Amino acid sequence: MEAFADFWATYSTLIFTVGIHALLALSLWLTLSCGLLSLANAAFMGIGAYTAALLTLHLHWPFPMVLAAGALAPAAVALVIGAPTLRLSGVYLAMATLAFGEVTRILVLNLDITGGPEGLNGIPLLTTWWHIVLILAAAGYALARLRRSRMGRAFEAIREDEVAARMMGIDVEGHKLAAFTLGAVLAGLAGALNAHSTFFISPREYGFENAVDILTMTILGGISSLIGPVLGATILTLLPELLRFLHAYRLAVNGLILIGVVLFLPTGLWDSRRLRHLLRAWRARREGQP
Amino acid sequence: MSMLSIRGIGKHFGGLQVLHDVSIEVPGGAIFALIGPNGAGKTTVFNLVTGLLRPSAGAISFQGQELAGIAPHKITRLGIARTFQNIRIFPDMTLLQNVMVGRHHLTNYSGLAALFATPSFREVERRSRERALELLSWVKLDHKAESTADNLSYGEQRKLEFARALATEPKLLLLDEPVAGMNPSEKAVLMEEIRNIRDRGYGVFLIEHDMRFVMNLCDRVAVLNFGRIIAEGAPDEIRNSPEVIEAYLGRGDEAEVLP
Repeated sequence: MEAFADFWATYSTLIFTVGIHALLALSLWLTLSCGLLSLANAAFMGIGAYTAALLTLHLHWPFPMVLAAGALAPAAVALVIGAPTLRLSGVYLAMATLAFGEVTRILVLNLDITGGPEGLNGIPLLTTWWHIVLILAAAGYALARLRRSRMGRAFEAIREDEVAARMMGIDVEGHKLAAFTLGAVLAGLAGALNAHSTFFISPREYGFENAVDILTMTILGGISSLIGPVLGATILTLLPELLRFLHAYRLAVNGLILIGVVLFLPTGLWDSRRLRHLLRAWRARREGQP
Repeated sequence: MSMLSIRGIGKHFGGLQVLHDVSIEVPGGAIFALIGPNGAGKTTVFNLVTGLLRPSAGAISFQGQELAGIAPHKITRLGIARTFQNIRIFPDMTLLQNVMVGRHHLTNYSGLAALFATPSFREVERRSRERALELLSWVKLDHKAESTADNLSYGEQRKLEFARALATEPKLLLLDEPVAGMNPSEKAVLMEEIRNIRDRGYGVFLIEHDMRFVMNLCDRVAVLNFGRIIAEGAPDEIRNSPEVIEAYLGRGDEAEVLP
């Protein structure tokens, strides 16, 4: 028991971070599932984090309401900026959402209510491990259901061929906006949970680097299923810690591992199709041996 | 009465006039072909009918309803489905999923019903799946329902696109060069499929180069050349029309100039 207490004291922050990163990776998975290469999710996380933190600090709202507001505020922003930007595709959408992220960061950096570059201090630590587990499980379940519904099929069809999807009677613009907004909901939730587990937030945490980190986690894990993003988030969060024994070379080796994965497993670590093939080959070989 | 009425449409891209004053009446329950040499503007006609492009002049109506300003996905819901000259299936989805996408607007349930997998959600999904399998069996692909579409041969991909278009429950099916790149035996099979579809009560409006295919299959033919309709009528009339022969083969007197 004591050993567990020691372990928890040392690693609880890391475990919280894994959960929050997994939620972020799932939020981007949702956006990518509709073919939208968005770099706005870090900013959506920031909007959720600041909204939630301010409501707790100034208005003392109960935590469930704070979480809901943290999810809805970035969703409202996504609805507004989505209408004009989602007409862009590919790297052009990435650039537009990147610009949105920078505008958000600079706004937060210069506003008084957000505490400027100093950020917000003294946020009560209301997030517990089971909040994260519960929300992650609920998000995973909802996304799994979504994949098996008309909306999930429409997202996939739009990703594979937008014109053909349109000719199948799918409202392409409406579905893109939905994917973008629902992604913002999950990112905002992650932000609200994050703000109440770290005591302190600042604009630095929601900038370009984080947008790229979220994208890396999702792509590294693989977007063919929901397991990929969670796996990618876990590995990218834990890897720098596991490599601590390398001291100064840590980040370089971390980078080399990532390059290796991208080169040799371009569809991500968890590619359900490749795994099915491997499983079939393994079974066939086992049955071949008497 | 015609099902699809195209009245005096024109289309230009910048300074390039692609269609001039094109009028076509496509009847229901029949196979109607639009033929013409490469670059005559045939696919542009399809893109105007399905709403992917807007005409520069003229009007199009379907079963009496004007299509001007209606979004493409809503035109599909009115009952016009199409296939593409360069096949556009969803390669990473299974055949079943491909066809079920076509049933998008016919599977009606709320997001909450999907979230909690309510009985009504399951019933709608089950019916949609059954119909998709039925359509796959029409084109004899039901045994491959669970494999991904990129594993199909070229001819099979065309047939899948066919089934997917039918899944939208159209009244009129637009086929853009349905036999392009197919060998004679594949063509014969597809010709049979298209006849079957007409006999089930669908209207078929197709674009084709292959004259023999068109003449054997179609009930009525219109010929487009350099963006203008130059002839329209039954296959036999078209076959013997001097303008059509000229458009396809060149003028006789030019041949006489040659030594």
